[in-house]
Amino acid sequence: MAQEPILSMRNISKSFPGVQALDNVNLTVYKSEIHAIVGENGAGKSTLMKVLSGVYPYGQYEGEIHFEGKLQRFEDIRDSEAQGIIIIHQELALVPMLSIAENIFLGHELAKAGIIDWHTAYVRAQELLNRVGLKELPSAIVGRLGIGKQQLVEIAKALAKRVRLLILDEPTASLNETDSEALLRLLLELKAHDITCILISHKLNEVMQVADRITILRDGTTIETLNCAETLVKEDHIIRGMVGRDIQHRYPQRRPKIGEVIFEVRNWRVYHEQYVDYEVIKGVSFNVRRGEIVGIAGLMGSGRTELAMSLFGHAYGRRINGQVFIDGREVNVSTIGDAIRHGLAYVTEDRKGWGLILEQEIRKNVTLANLPKVSQRGVIDENSEAKVAQGFRESLRIRCSSIEQFVVNLSGGNQQKVLLSKWLFTQPSLLILDEPTRGIDVGAKYDIYTIIDGLAAEGKGILLISSEMPELLGMCDRIYVMSEGQFVAELPRSEASQERIMHAIVSSVQS
Amino acid sequence: MKISTLRNNLRDYGLLISLIVIIGFFQIVTNGILLQPLNLTNLILQNSYIVVMALGMLLVIVAGHIDLSVGAASGFIGGLAAILMVHYEWSVTLTIIVALLVGMLIGAIQGWFVAYARIPSFIVTLAGMLVFKGSALALLQGQSIGPFPLAFQSISTGFLPDPFGGKDIRVFSLIIGVVLAGIFVGIDWHQRFKAQMHGLNKEPTALFAVRNFLFAAIIIYLAWQLSTYKGLPTVLILMGVLILFYQFIAGRTVIGRRIYALGGNEKAARLSGIDTSRLIFLTFANMGLLAAVAGIIFAARLNTATPKAGNGFELDVIAACFIGGASASGGVGRVIGAVIGAFIMGVMNNGMSILGIGIDYQQVIKGLVLLAAVFFDVYNRNRSQFG
Ligand SMILES: Nc1ncnc2c1ncn2[C@@H]1O[C@H](COP(=O)(O)OP(=O)(O)OP(=O)(O)O)[C@@H](O)[C@H]1O
Ligand SMILES: [Mg+2]
Repeated sequence: MAQEPILSMRNISKSFPGVQALDNVNLTVYKSEIHAIVGENGAGKSTLMKVLSGVYPYGQYEGEIHFEGKLQRFEDIRDSEAQGIIIIHQELALVPMLSIAENIFLGHELAKAGIIDWHTAYVRAQELLNRVGLKELPSAIVGRLGIGKQQLVEIAKALAKRVRLLILDEPTASLNETDSEALLRLLLELKAHDITCILISHKLNEVMQVADRITILRDGTTIETLNCAETLVKEDHIIRGMVGRDIQHRYPQRRPKIGEVIFEVRNWRVYHEQYVDYEVIKGVSFNVRRGEIVGIAGLMGSGRTELAMSLFGHAYGRRINGQVFIDGREVNVSTIGDAIRHGLAYVTEDRKGWGLILEQEIRKNVTLANLPKVSQRGVIDENSEAKVAQGFRESLRIRCSSIEQFVVNLSGGNQQKVLLSKWLFTQPSLLILDEPTRGIDVGAKYDIYTIIDGLAAEGKGILLISSEMPELLGMCDRIYVMSEGQFVAELPRSEASQERIMHAIVSSVQS
Repeated sequence: MKISTLRNNLRDYGLLISLIVIIGFFQIVTNGILLQPLNLTNLILQNSYIVVMALGMLLVIVAGHIDLSVGAASGFIGGLAAILMVHYEWSVTLTIIVALLVGMLIGAIQGWFVAYARIPSFIVTLAGMLVFKGSALALLQGQSIGPFPLAFQSISTGFLPDPFGGKDIRVFSLIIGVVLAGIFVGIDWHQRFKAQMHGLNKEPTALFAVRNFLFAAIIIYLAWQLSTYKGLPTVLILMGVLILFYQFIAGRTVIGRRIYALGGNEKAARLSGIDTSRLIFLTFANMGLLAAVAGIIFAARLNTATPKAGNGFELDVIAACFIGGASASGGVGRVIGAVIGAFIMGVMNNGMSILGIGIDYQQVIKGLVLLAAVFFDVYNRNRSQFG
């Protein structure tokens, strides 16, 4: 293949107060290739893409950007879009109340003299939806679609513009495996149509599946660029480049010491918050023992998050009934305060919406759920608070300029660690983790698994909800399979496998 | 690096510097009348009720809400106190207690609708504003009621007594001023020391020294000016105590922290076990209480209750918070900012009145200053995010 560069970024540097996010980064992308960028949380991947797309305009970074042979100085996103560089950010930017078609043409409406030509818009939108393989009407409201479908709408939106270079920042982080597969296939198809792609992802297996070349970033510098066509690239090699050391195992070696039942739920029923007659959780019973890591597998929308949130102080749902036992005694967990007092903690999957106070310091986020611990008679002792936050910063290796940094400025993975810190600080006896490693790099994942394992070893119960099956299989002592609001199978570690889990889901749907 | 630290620090003190510049400006254009002892005393008295309400409003705004009813509520409370004292001849103490309780009740009722019935605060308090305005009119039957017993008047007209019996100068008041300046510098020094221990200090020594010297000098100067008149007004002391108290609540306590969390992200606050509804309820009840305090101060100052009392106060109070850097979307704002904001409005009111500028242009200018202040704040924030 004639390897002609479409993009070359030369000696890019960019700093924020207290952080050198990018330090002389070089990146060359060839025409119609899929170029993956990998690196730890906070390595600078998103920042590099923001420099490229003009989010940080010319003058706020050092270095040169050459695109299609010309030196570019983008003032804003419009400039880069005009050149055909389209970015889909880590955080989706769709308007939930609007329809698919409205979202696709938002900002460049098909209008004549200010009047939108809806007919053409719908026809065009339908074409684009066909192209990305999304079976929805252009008039469907985006907020009602699942995240996987929303992601496809984002791509359709990108294709509606004249796209030469498509940048996807962790597009599959919150997708399940089938949706991820579909997305990756779409990328390969776009590539066949001469669209160049930059793909940022922490899922190395996906990266290796589709990427032509892989650039590794660490601490804001380029480590190397691997050519997948020339050499056989090994995952271990990438990981070593990313984290700067060898990682022997993906999961800690667990030696579970399982004790008596610490948490038990009987016949838990929950109705939907808006459609009050719709039963979301249909009589679920389960238990967790001391020292045990219990997984919940299931597809998106099977009710796992709803189950967890309704157990956690009725944070979700209506007309909730059922019994909860902690250490064999029935307890009332009808408010979140009660749930926390009884030793429950819930790490949400939606860290921006439900998890963090973005415009506040790391320190304040970490202590929020357990302020009494760092205060006396209602007065906060900022010194001990700072010590707590500093402790978590070190033990979880949160990458930040200081604990006084605002959470909004952290990279996605580091935000997740702050959220986890908050709940570890409540010293729970049952920790419910909802997709705890979403968007987290391999090294940090291992850190988090080690922490989870450590908590279990201390005799705590862990309930782990995850869409990543290897994670469930690697960590859990027992796995419940959930489908359509019910538990359809319970598999001990020795019997659990990807096939069995899928089989349980599929057969439950059929019957 | 150097420039950016300076810029950050400037942003922190920008508000205070604006206040000083505005004071300086009016001091010059009024030929020094602004800071004359008599006028300075007036300026403080005229502003006290706005400052007091701004303390409560700041918490409401930080919690992500707004209270439009405070002006009407304070007027209503003034009228109620007048009726109780003048018509029913209740004692001053009892009147004040009842007035404060009623104020708190007013806040609590509105708070209930906002917190538990989940009606937007804008609507609830807009309704409240109409209700209390009307109630004040009905209560006073369109008349002004006064005068009040001396004890009540002295809330606003009293001054700190001088046990040293100074003739031209109230020595005691001056001493308090000096001590206050000392405490201020001491606290700041202590905090700097602590920050240094944790390696968090960002302020250069020179800036620290200049700043403290300036502040101390200003406090002592103001105290000296006031001492040459009648000494420190009682209201100033009350105001000072309230400012310190709310500064402490907002900055150092669990409840304060939770209010900021609530305004920053209500869902996350709730999921962290915070009873957000109760917190909203309390914030409004507190606002009602402070509106009552303001109503009492205002009535005492005029020595009559009029049906028009409190008209439009809410605008000055809300403006003070926003000038002081509070964010309309909640979660951001500082007590001290709101206080400075209130004084910026107050100095402008007072200065423009001395200059004989009509009420028409006064409003135009105040409106523009509000817009400009918030504009620069937003502009700065965006820059520091991307710069
Ligand atoms: N606006 C900002 N202000 C201050 N620091 C920032 C800002 N944006 C990013 N940073 C810092 O720059 C570094 C790089 O962040 P970036 O978001 O590029 O990481 P990333 O590689 O995309 O990580 P992740 O995989 O977690 O998304 C981080 O240390 C982050 O804290
Ligand atoms: Mg990122």
